[in-house]
Amino acid sequence: MVSLTINGRKVEVEEGTTILEAARKASIDIPTLCFLKDINEFGDCRMCVVEVEGRRGFATSCIQKVEEGMVVRTNTPAVIEARRTVLDLILSNHDRDCLTCTRNGTCELQKLAEEFYVNEIKYKGERNKHQIDDKSPSIVRDFNKCILCRRCVATCKNVQGIGAIDCTERGFSSTISTYNDMSLNDVNCTFCGQCIEACPVGALREKDGTAAVWEALGDEDKYVIAQTAPAVRVALGEEFGMEIGTNVKGKMVSSLKHLGFDKVFDTNTGADFTIMEEATEFIDRFTNGGTLPMLTSCSPGWVRFLELNYPELIPNLSSCKSPHQMFGAIIKSYYARKNNIDPSKIFVVSVMPCIAKKYERTRDDENGTGYDDVDAVITTRELARMIKQAHINFKTLEDSEFDDPMGEATGAAAIFGTTGGVMEAALRTVAEKVTGNSFGKLEYEDVRGGQGIKRAIIDLNGKEVKVVVASGLKNARTILEEIKSGKADYQFVEIMACPGGCVMGGGQPIRTSKERATIDIRGKRAAALYSIDEKSTIRKSHENPILKKIYAEYLGEPGGHKAHELLHTSYSPKEKYRLG
Amino acid sequence: MKTLDEIRKIRETKRKELDLRVNTAADTREKHILVCHGTGCTSSKSPLIIDTFRKILAEKNIENVRVIQTGCFGLCAKGPIVIIRPEDIFYAMVKPEDCEEIIEKHIQKGEIVERLLCKDIDNTTVKKLDELNFYKKQKRIALKNCGVIDPENIDEYIAFDGYKALEKVLFSMTPDEVIETVSESGLRGRGGAGFPTGKKWALTRAAKGDQKYVVCNADEGDPGAFMDRSILEGDPHCVLEAMMIAGFAIGANHGYIYVRAEYPIAVQRFQKAIDDAKKYGILGKNIWNSGFDFECEVRLGAGAFVCGEETALLESIEGRRGQPRLKPPYPANEGLFGKPTLINNVETYANITKIILNGAEWYSSIGTEGSKGTKVFALGGNVNNIGLVEVPMGVTLREIVFDIGGGIPNGRKFKAAQTGGPSGGCITEEHLDTPIDYESLKAIGSMMGSGGLIIMDDSKCMVNLAKFYLGFTVDESCGKCTPCRIGTKRLLEILEKITDGKGEDGDIEKLERLCANIQKASVCGLGQTAPNPVLSTIKYFREEYREHIDHKECRAGECKALMKVTIDPELCKGCGLCKRNCPVDAISGEIKQTHVIDQDKCIKCGTCISKCPFHAIKG
Amino acid sequence: MENKKCEGCSECNKDPDMEKILSEYKQEKDNLIQILNEVQEHYGYIPEHAQKAISEYLSIPMAEIYGVVTFYSRFTLKPKGKYHIAVCLGTACFVKGSEKILDRVKERLKIDVGETTKDGKFSLEATRCIGACGLAPVFTVNGEVYGKATVKMMDEVLDKFIAEN
Repeated sequence: MVSLTINGRKVEVEEGTTILEAARKASIDIPTLCFLKDINEFGDCRMCVVEVEGRRGFATSCIQKVEEGMVVRTNTPAVIEARRTVLDLILSNHDRDCLTCTRNGTCELQKLAEEFYVNEIKYKGERNKHQIDDKSPSIVRDFNKCILCRRCVATCKNVQGIGAIDCTERGFSSTISTYNDMSLNDVNCTFCGQCIEACPVGALREKDGTAAVWEALGDEDKYVIAQTAPAVRVALGEEFGMEIGTNVKGKMVSSLKHLGFDKVFDTNTGADFTIMEEATEFIDRFTNGGTLPMLTSCSPGWVRFLELNYPELIPNLSSCKSPHQMFGAIIKSYYARKNNIDPSKIFVVSVMPCIAKKYERTRDDENGTGYDDVDAVITTRELARMIKQAHINFKTLEDSEFDDPMGEATGAAAIFGTTGGVMEAALRTVAEKVTGNSFGKLEYEDVRGGQGIKRAIIDLNGKEVKVVVASGLKNARTILEEIKSGKADYQFVEIMACPGGCVMGGGQPIRTSKERATIDIRGKRAAALYSIDEKSTIRKSHENPILKKIYAEYLGEPGGHKAHELLHTSYSPKEKYRLG
Repeated sequence: MKTLDEIRKIRETKRKELDLRVNTAADTREKHILVCHGTGCTSSKSPLIIDTFRKILAEKNIENVRVIQTGCFGLCAKGPIVIIRPEDIFYAMVKPEDCEEIIEKHIQKGEIVERLLCKDIDNTTVKKLDELNFYKKQKRIALKNCGVIDPENIDEYIAFDGYKALEKVLFSMTPDEVIETVSESGLRGRGGAGFPTGKKWALTRAAKGDQKYVVCNADEGDPGAFMDRSILEGDPHCVLEAMMIAGFAIGANHGYIYVRAEYPIAVQRFQKAIDDAKKYGILGKNIWNSGFDFECEVRLGAGAFVCGEETALLESIEGRRGQPRLKPPYPANEGLFGKPTLINNVETYANITKIILNGAEWYSSIGTEGSKGTKVFALGGNVNNIGLVEVPMGVTLREIVFDIGGGIPNGRKFKAAQTGGPSGGCITEEHLDTPIDYESLKAIGSMMGSGGLIIMDDSKCMVNLAKFYLGFTVDESCGKCTPCRIGTKRLLEILEKITDGKGEDGDIEKLERLCANIQKASVCGLGQTAPNPVLSTIKYFREEYREHIDHKECRAGECKALMKVTIDPELCKGCGLCKRNCPVDAISGEIKQTHVIDQDKCIKCGTCISKCPFHAIKG
Repeated sequence: MENKKCEGCSECNKDPDMEKILSEYKQEKDNLIQILNEVQEHYGYIPEHAQKAISEYLSIPMAEIYGVVTFYSRFTLKPKGKYHIAVCLGTACFVKGSEKILDRVKERLKIDVGETTKDGKFSLEATRCIGACGLAPVFTVNGEVYGKATVKMMDEVLDKFIAEN
């Protein structure tokens, strides 16, 4: 332990603690902007400066570690003035249209302006102006709002290992940019959206999908169906001030009904289809000498990553569509026929924790019914925005259930929303199919948890299956390099583009740097999903009665012809940079 | 490959052969024509002069005369410079067409070519280099070999004690003894900050690491400083040898020298020095069977001033944008590729071999209490003798400007000197007698810096000067931290406002406050020192700022927007040339009558001023 | 349009010069600036295909390479003019009035610093100290130094090159 004095009070903290962390322990907040724990620790913005006795100049509290006997002052007039100057300077080069900004109310810069009681723009001068990039189906980049904290750059480069954006030019002209300022659509961006989660201001945001949804809802001719991904229900409440990890499934369904959706279905049912298809595909490859290891394909950011960077490994990728696409296809075929609805009038809205799904919707070969599987994708954040626009009092809403007959899903599907969940769900089905009897094991602890790469050996009554679970694209790259170099001795790999899986997706509620540093957001959201699984009566996808019915009545065998037509897709190599 | 004995042999025989370079009474029948081949003289065709001499010598079949290309002699203003040894006759501003005469008269007949001799400031004709006032107060340690040896000839370097310090270190000293010697010499970092060199070496030696690096900072970025370039061009081996000694002392066997790509001659010569040293077995594995290995690589900069900052330099060597790292950790602990790294500047290294050979006591006997040894300054601006000077610490600015520099040209008055370039501050008349060392310069609001010394006469506007330096910093800021990225830009904008005649009450105070916060809150030295030129010009020339703001006047007449172009009725002959040339018809007047300028219409383009044959128009 | 047929082999944009440059370097990231210096020297600027080739060779994303290219002022993304005029704005030259010489070029060629004339004949650069302070003020044309320069000298130089075909 190290003891130090902060603002005259003694504080004891563990060795290796930063001044910032130590101050937080003593109930003193130090403002930060560029700091993102473990990801962007460079001390560039200078908001977090403090005085340390005996040291020339200010100390950078977000990085610098405490030392025994250190005397820190976090709030001297000189410190406050320096921070205030930094804030004034940032504001002098910022598009200050807060009223029309997506991040109005959740912006870290706005919050600081409020806290510092900024009542004038002190420095007037040149401002950097840049074209807004809204060409991609997923991300809008508005450099005019950028404060050059570089949290996005560090996330893209170091967490995801992509480097689609970087700092370019220098000095006052510095920008965060793609190669040659091209659109994100034309470079190696995977649309994972982790940069949006990292951005403290409104410089990065999702491409809006709500306008199309409002339009469909207002169109009497349209039969508008919502489907919600598992991770949405454990995060949506945060947008309304509820605890992280609260399961708001009932309120979510109610609010969608209030918004006027004709039906509200659960994407979890789609996830059960995915398990059926993926497990079948795996067993086929495993027993008949197909291309192994097989890589899961339900994360579109990950799929795009592979197509851009490892086209030679496309044969390893499962041909299964992601759950919401499968489900869209089922809705527009089986459900439409069963209920005598013209599929051309059905408008499927996927509510997702993900912004890559916006891109996925536009991919080729996602329209086996002759219609687009999905007509609009909105994120958790956008759904919250619609609820707010409609002035629905979310917190006091009564609970509702998903609509029949596509409402009931298994516990296996619920855990799809977290890293390891797809693998665990698949293993539950694979184990029984391979061993040929009711395999008791339900919980695969080895593939749970927040680590970037998890490896496990599953013993299926003497038959060994080696599996790997990776989340975050940098970890994905590690696995792909192993496969490429022939070092892979495993057969089944689950990969999710976002670190921690869909609960931490690019469409989820944005948490501040401080919350990310001090709360286990992933753990709490994931725990809520595991709790849903635990409480479910049916916890294996192949036991879902609705699925059994649809396979029997319509699809035939899992992996069969009809299933392939509707539930599977194809991949193709993609140019990383579409240069002129 | 050469053995140590063979190197010693070269030293002995070659030294005898080259005695004429340093001894006017040398016993020889040879003559050496030394031609400066530094960047300054090269720019004014010294390579052609070398070729011409050689051609004529060949045509005339003259033997016993060699033409040697050397490094910089220092007196760049008089270049190209030619010196004939052993008699040490010094010809200034030589043109290729003068070569024939020098050979016919001087070489063949032994007559001095009077018309090519240099005139000193007091108008006396000078025959020998060291008779010049410019050289009298100098003491050349770092520049010892510059202008004496052919920098591309390793044998010549060896002749003048080259690689003798390395031999001494490898065979008769321990690493700790080397560090102790450097510490005791009192040598401090010549890059600008003045950190004690020995201490830096000791810290890097003490740092834990399986691999350590020695780096030479040759990214001389201060606009107006060129001593590092001159050393590399004139005596590259002395830097290489010092890096090896440093490597031995701290336990590193790999060196990098980071040189500006804008210094092609320095790059090429240093690379040749490395290649030649390798050929002789001075670089490589198990040097002279001592068990010590050393390799050295050249890395090129690509035009970023901030890379002179040591951590930005490391980033650049690693192939990234030159963005400084936050310190601590210091490079001594976590430097290049995360390994303990010693970074010193060229001039610092250039002192090392001499300290090793002559001892710490010898070195520390030169200079002041806190600043030992000599410092090289690049003297420039409004001063007669522009060039490179090396003086003992403690010399006054007055001695440098007036005795060595020969004073201010065109009969103008000294106004200020800027040391430390864009990181430094100005020194005024009242401080001319301050002995120059690290502490005294700091005390008067400037800094030593890397050694750029720019002299300004009374035709210079100090607000404009501050604006010039700020413009430089804004261009060169890496953009990483907020205060430097946006703060310096805002400073510049306020200064522009003032020089554009739009200054308001309170602007000076705003500048001062912003400056103070930028100094305190910036990440690296560039940002922390960027406000210095503003603060020091405000400190010493507040009146001038006030005149710009309150009276919209620039006494030096440099700020164009504040300029009032007027016609002197005494001198105007009414020729009408100005009226005809004025692009905005602001001038009126009848022929043979005094003309006048309508100030509201005038755009201060200056066309009339240059057209007036009677110098009647002033701005 | 997704480029379906492309297998990413980059055979289509191979440049033997570029391959030769790359072959002299190990595939280590710290060689980036050295390679860029050589590319700049060879082509007179940093072409896009070179950046792509380097990106593949060193496994560095193109955005990062672009970030490095735009950071260092020696690297340019556009070819220079037939006559590249560089006016030194180092302190020594500035104090001796090099700004006036620069202004003159801008005025006559109607280009700003960093630009090339439409006919590709002239490009203009304002450089930092080139180390010829003894000759201040100086400018260079394609590397040839013009010392103790005046506006008149610049005019004469420009006249000479403009008159040339």
